[in-house]
Amino acid sequence: MPTDDSAPVITGIGITAPTGIGAEAHWAAVLAGKTGIDRITRFDPTPYPVRHAGQVPGFSAEERVPSRLIQQTDHWTHLALAASDAALADAGVDPAGLPEYEMAVVTSSSSGGTEFGQHEMEALYQHEPDWVGAYQSVAWFYAATTGQLSIRHKMRGPCGVLCGEQAGGLDAIGQAGRLTRRGARLVLTGGTDASLCPYGLTAQIATGLLSTAADPARAYLPFDRDASGYLPGEGGAILVMESAPAAARRGARPYGRVLGYAAGFDPAPGSGRPRALHRTAAQALAQARLAPADIDVVFADGAGLPADDLAEAHAISALFGPRGVPVTVPKTLTGRLYGGGAPLDVATALLALRDGLIPHTAGTTRLAPGVDLDLVTDQPRPRDLRRALVLARGHGGFNSALVLGR
Amino acid sequence: MTTPAAGHPRRAVITGIGVVAPGGVGREAFWQLLTEGRTATRRLSLFDPAKFRSQVAAEVDFDPAAAGLAPREIRRMDRAAQFAVVSAREAIADSGLDLSAVAPERIAVGLGSAVGCTMGLEEEYTVLSDNGRNWLLDHSYGVPHLYGYMVPSTLAVEVAWAAGAEGPVSLISTGCTSGIDAVAHAVQLIEEGSADVALAGATDAPISPISAACFDAIRATTASNDDPAHASRPFDRDRAGFVLGEGSAVLVLEELGAARARGAHVYGEIVGSAGRSNAHHMTGLKPDGREMAEAITVALTQARLDPTAVSYINAHGSGTKQNDRHETAAFKRSLGTHAYDIPVSSIKSMIGHSLGAIGSIEVAACALALDRQVVPPTANLHNPDPHCDLDYVPLTARDHRTDVVLTVGSGFGGFQSAMVLARPGVVAHPRS
Repeated sequence: MPTDDSAPVITGIGITAPTGIGAEAHWAAVLAGKTGIDRITRFDPTPYPVRHAGQVPGFSAEERVPSRLIQQTDHWTHLALAASDAALADAGVDPAGLPEYEMAVVTSSSSGGTEFGQHEMEALYQHEPDWVGAYQSVAWFYAATTGQLSIRHKMRGPCGVLCGEQAGGLDAIGQAGRLTRRGARLVLTGGTDASLCPYGLTAQIATGLLSTAADPARAYLPFDRDASGYLPGEGGAILVMESAPAAARRGARPYGRVLGYAAGFDPAPGSGRPRALHRTAAQALAQARLAPADIDVVFADGAGLPADDLAEAHAISALFGPRGVPVTVPKTLTGRLYGGGAPLDVATALLALRDGLIPHTAGTTRLAPGVDLDLVTDQPRPRDLRRALVLARGHGGFNSALVLGR
Repeated sequence: MTTPAAGHPRRAVITGIGVVAPGGVGREAFWQLLTEGRTATRRLSLFDPAKFRSQVAAEVDFDPAAAGLAPREIRRMDRAAQFAVVSAREAIADSGLDLSAVAPERIAVGLGSAVGCTMGLEEEYTVLSDNGRNWLLDHSYGVPHLYGYMVPSTLAVEVAWAAGAEGPVSLISTGCTSGIDAVAHAVQLIEEGSADVALAGATDAPISPISAACFDAIRATTASNDDPAHASRPFDRDRAGFVLGEGSAVLVLEELGAARARGAHVYGEIVGSAGRSNAHHMTGLKPDGREMAEAITVALTQARLDPTAVSYINAHGSGTKQNDRHETAAFKRSLGTHAYDIPVSSIKSMIGHSLGAIGSIEVAACALALDRQVVPPTANLHNPDPHCDLDYVPLTARDHRTDVVLTVGSGFGGFQSAMVLARPGVVAHPRS
């Protein structure tokens, strides 16, 4: 169990998200309520009931990814390579100067290199097996990003990949925290996803959970009376986590500390047992040795699905009391980013702690019946922020919670 | 939470084993195949391999209904999920543990997979794209569980449901080291006190055209198609690449004190594990074995064991020249001259290379080697590669006193993992 002194710190943020490239561009868009959701441009979405998604604006792999790696990796990994460069630059750290085995990479991936995989399956089925390229074996699988980041930055410690759909990003950051307490001095963590290809979208449509609302500005409205599902997005965030002593030794100025983490899983359907989110959030607070009153803001999962929204609202109210803590869901501007979603929320929460501003939930206006939350809407709310709780849930029953401190 | 007395860290032991492997479903069929030195490699039959470079595979003759799955489970689950759930149920039954008597939030899952539900993804792709004709897939034919195929976390969901687990549940996907890494992840959850029981293992079912084509493309799989039963030849000078396999192994891990208190049969204790990355190349290995050696050294140090304590090594032994020389160097580098005195074998010679799953299948083999005091052989090893000069236990299983065993894995992405297991009571105070 960590104490305040042993809590790892986040010293660098790299963002490639629908809200922008770079931490400050993202933060400015979030505070301005500027949406990153637009009509899908990577393919013609006309035949589909969902035609809008969060896409990283103006991302050019040619400008941000070494040319050799562009053709060897999927778009999902391009976004992570660019974000990792930005995160290390932001942290002001040169990995070449650090012991190779004391650095590691732990990322989350929800769906791997879907677009790359669709191209290669097309080659296979339209032609012959030998039309499948040499890079399919290392671009499609879920470990591609961690492997490429490890190679690019010469990080030879205990690397990892955690898949838990939208919750996986917190699990990756939680695992990075374990590694720093076991001797790692620097861990690149977080994640990205990018399944905005026809196969990726088709698979997401099959869940029946995406919103088919005609007006994209009214499609993803967590906790709202008109909640009708969510929109997907691409991108995410890569963070530089360091052990507190290592960061202090080199004079780094951390954004904040990771004070607590917990994960729990919902009971199997039909069991009648309670969902795990409330317990998981309480465990994360207990691990941080904090009481609910010590939390100044909650970054909610905000699925945009009425039953899930209500369950989350009840979990938050049970922990903090009705309207007991400000709650926000800035991901309405990006759509759900799956493996990249929670890392982006963590990045946004760290920027909120830094500037004393709670970003608002753009879009949501009228809370659904039974949602007794102090949801920050309309505009950012200034407030002295010391600690934030970030919640995430993943398809199938994953729940994760992370406590951040200034 | 079971809180250990001060100064006595929590330890994780294996109390149940379930295996679905080529050559037979179930733990005992698996162990019988290994100890008889038989091979389960054959001409690939799950699809027509005529147009592929490699036409050999290690397949499971798997009847999901006979294995106990309900019709709705069979419809919903990809083959990899079916393997995992059947393995998990066997492991739970083997443990004798009444999971309904354990608080659900104290039960965790750490499941590994390299390629997730790739068979389901590919099959549905052919339907939705009209055999690749259409880039814009027809979503109106998408089956409800299609998304479950796209996200590998579904595999962990299915095992969690099968076990009634409500604690931390994770799908670990570090390519071909996923199986070792998933078990290590679950051990960590028990040691840190996040769970008292964990279902830990891995599953993969990659024998489909797209996987075969991508390994063909980099010539990683064997093209020795004339003699499929003898196509997987690790450490032999006539080796020609690995044989694609499939399968699953799931273990029940328990906190040592709780396992002892209920009088459980303990196969072995996981006393050390470590991962290192070569940061060199996504598929290439440097011949010096440096990072794998480092992982081995760290895992032994955690267990407070000297290299001379190791009595058996389960090698990665994939049957590529690059791998066999890489890990032989790693064993010498980490264990010194003692490397020459330790039996080393590759069960991939018999059951092929099931990507992420194999690491857990090999942990299961190690636990059985500790329990039964037998080390499985390396089949098909008639003419050792002169560069591979250790004792690879050719052809025949060996009765051998095994107190401490080492298993290693090496995979795409440059990941190198090592795990040390010991007979109960052999290691006094692991985890320095």
